[in-house]
Amino acid sequence: MKKSIIITLVTLVSTAFSIPVVFSDDDRDEYRQRSLGVAPVTSKPYINECSSCHMAYPPGLLPASSWKKIMNGLDSHFGDNAEVDSDDFKIISNFLDSNSADKSSYRRSRKIMRSINEKNTPLRISELPYIKRKHDEIPDKMIKYNPKVNNLSNCSACHSQAEKGLFDEDNIRIPGFGHWDD
Amino acid sequence: MKSLTLIISLSVALLSTAVSANSDLTQLIDSYQADSSTLPDAKKGQQLWNKKFTGKAPFTERSCQTCHNSNLQQSGQHIRTQKIIKPLAPSVNKNSLNNIKKVKKWLKRNCKWTLGRECNNEEKASLLLYIKQQ
Repeated sequence: MKKSIIITLVTLVSTAFSIPVVFSDDDRDEYRQRSLGVAPVTSKPYINECSSCHMAYPPGLLPASSWKKIMNGLDSHFGDNAEVDSDDFKIISNFLDSNSADKSSYRRSRKIMRSINEKNTPLRISELPYIKRKHDEIPDKMIKYNPKVNNLSNCSACHSQAEKGLFDEDNIRIPGFGHWDD
Repeated sequence: MKSLTLIISLSVALLSTAVSANSDLTQLIDSYQADSSTLPDAKKGQQLWNKKFTGKAPFTERSCQTCHNSNLQQSGQHIRTQKIIKPLAPSVNKNSLNNIKKVKKWLKRNCKWTLGRECNNEEKASLLLYIKQQ
């Protein structure tokens, strides 16, 4: 009997102390994510339908109007047919809209929005002024002529945590060149 | 005893999943065959797999091999994004052809890109019969 009381007490005390620690870890992770990146990709249907041919681009990289235009042109998606069925279309459209750059408080989404002219509806993440500016010092041999990268649109080739929405320097590994120091 | 029962029921569950995925595919092929004017077969599927079609620049010459490789037991590569595509041959990729929704989706998307139109039911059945053998 005594033993069980002791066990209960120890459990209660340790739980009481461990909960705030867990919370503060979460807070720190979220702060890191908000300040360093864009919101991570969380929609299974989006990942299933859109990441077969390219990485699942985090929705916080483009404004809602851009995603809408992309979703309405899936029969000719940058030259490919990428049609999805009507159920997936609704789920994916909602996910992209509610997590788009103009509705996000994450730092890089804010910066992307500030770099876009309001009258424009950009369709290519790789042509956003903010994204171009962030990559303008990187020589062609590391991206364009790097057979493991080929194109600026291939984010995850160098940004190892891209699909988690993290684009900070610590997570950059350029194939054949290694770590990139800004 | 308990663990033996568990092992047996798990194996049965696993086996029935595999069997049902396979029978779903057979059903799909049968339904395509029923709507075909001529009898589909793997040989025709192979010919279609290798056939070259003309598309818009920059990818003017297109075939299934453009992205999937001529050897289905090896990986392919998406011509535009360069993303690696897992082998389609079920003998080396157990996940290939086991999801009917995916099978239908990719037949639709990829026939439209490669041939410039949707494949007819005979072509779809022939392609599936060919891929299934690999």
